[in-house]
Amino acid sequence: MARDVAIVGVGHSRYGVRSDVNIGELAWESISMALDDAGLEQRDIEYFVVSSVGGWSSEYLPAVVIGEYSGLTPKGTARVEAACASGSAAVKLAYDMVASGSVDIAMAIGLEKMNESPTPTVVEFIGRAGNYFWEFHNFGLTFPGYYALYATAYMDRYGATEEDLCLAAVKNHYYGARNPKAHFQKEVTLEKCMSSRYIAWPLKLYDCSPITDGSSAVILASGEVARELTDTPVWIEAIGHASDTANLSKRDDFTYLRAARLAAEQAYMQAGILDGYEMYKYFDVAEVHDCFTIAEVMAYEDLRFAKPGEGHKMLRDGETYIGGKIPVNLSGGLKAKGHPIGATGVGMVAELTNQLLQRVEKDRQAPIEKGRAIAHNVGGTGHYAYVTILSLDRPGR
Amino acid sequence: MSREEKVSQRELFDKQMKEFEEFVESMKDSLGLPTFPDMKSGALQWYDQRWITTRFVISVEGIKEFFDKLIDGKFVTTKCRSCGELYFPPQKDCPKCRKSDMEWVELSREGELLTYTQINVKPYSFSHYDDYIVGIVRLPEGINVTAWIRADDPSKLRIGMKMRLEIVRRKPENYITYEWVPAEE
Repeated sequence: MARDVAIVGVGHSRYGVRSDVNIGELAWESISMALDDAGLEQRDIEYFVVSSVGGWSSEYLPAVVIGEYSGLTPKGTARVEAACASGSAAVKLAYDMVASGSVDIAMAIGLEKMNESPTPTVVEFIGRAGNYFWEFHNFGLTFPGYYALYATAYMDRYGATEEDLCLAAVKNHYYGARNPKAHFQKEVTLEKCMSSRYIAWPLKLYDCSPITDGSSAVILASGEVARELTDTPVWIEAIGHASDTANLSKRDDFTYLRAARLAAEQAYMQAGILDGYEMYKYFDVAEVHDCFTIAEVMAYEDLRFAKPGEGHKMLRDGETYIGGKIPVNLSGGLKAKGHPIGATGVGMVAELTNQLLQRVEKDRQAPIEKGRAIAHNVGGTGHYAYVTILSLDRPGR
Repeated sequence: MSREEKVSQRELFDKQMKEFEEFVESMKDSLGLPTFPDMKSGALQWYDQRWITTRFVISVEGIKEFFDKLIDGKFVTTKCRSCGELYFPPQKDCPKCRKSDMEWVELSREGELLTYTQINVKPYSFSHYDDYIVGIVRLPEGINVTAWIRADDPSKLRIGMKMRLEIVRRKPENYITYEWVPAEE
């Protein structure tokens, strides 16, 4: 019987171009914050998982480098990779370590230092994140390019427009401007997004998340330990997970992400709440994987906040601002908070923990009434997906 | 404007990198260290003095027939002799019935455009090309093939339009590959 697992401490660095810190220093910002938040010492952490994709940065073995710098050595560790969903994979592994009884306290640390390489090199690395030979080597697809294939198909089938997509950028920059840890802390107008240059037609500069450095950390504890440590544990109620083909040409439909849909259904089943296309009614707030604006639209549908083909209408109607059906990406999302690949999933869980505990800046704090939040974290172009449900109530009680 | 007159993203990037490296070299000459202040933040950076270039060696032994036939102008793939499953890209093993007994079959050269994009910001290793269009086309056999589309403006394409596959030599690398050509206006 799996044990209940709670988040007892979170940390989150400032995201951005972090030329002021190296990899160890960047990780320490989040690790020290999470330890302070939980009231724990390094010796209390029995296992730490590091999510980092790397390639663009100098340290080949980030887990041990971070462990040494942060005083977590000699505890057991591993680096995990699930592309842009690596952070959620780290949370899942740390969760399983605790739920299984293997350890009582584990830490998931997400880190990426993408700006150690020049942009064309980073574009190259992310473009290789699919099927290398049959997609990248011969046809030079890029990460924006893969999502652009979805944008073209989605807009054609459902009559969504480039303006609709830009509305996701406008919203996420609006909240990013209110998050001091966001990469971009400036609002953008619809006109500015629409007049930005194409990166991968039909996606423009403001449809795309930036190349970001950042770190994040969460400390997980078993239910019994969590109750001793804190009066305000945030429980991990469910984690759904799925994958899809490496090669996009093996997929039938380019209007949704099958892995995200499966992961969401799985998480909803675990939480016992799967019904219909108004799933937003169970949650106070969501963080969704808006690496590109089209990804946020598909996220609404894959999470069943909207029926297939109606996600863009939620943006048109402003339903995902505070006061709408469900506020989404009040952190600024990947779009404005930034997308340090390995840190993103852990950062989502840290953000939602702070949202549920009502500890974020007032003008981007969701009203907390239901006590539940949901994180939707996609790796690659729907290659991996994790959906995590957090709750103020202990599961099953 | 002719192709030759256009400055490629690679030329621009290489020029920027050269200027940057000359700057770091000048810092190194005066300081004795490859350090420099970041242009935006002013934070001190070290410019790596060790570097590699990487190219992979990938086995195509298990699917060599694909390339042998491509040279002859044929577009083929693998079909499982045991369960009939058709694969593209071709593969040696059938995970469906767990046999490795494939036959090579020729594929249709016409299909319908499923989706497409134009790559405007290119990866470094593609940065010498003009903007290129990539599409996924569904063949009547029910499998999809990703390739470049020979067209200059994505807004002239539409989902569902007929495409024809041509075997071509990719320049400037000069290797044989395939691309889609619109088969209707």
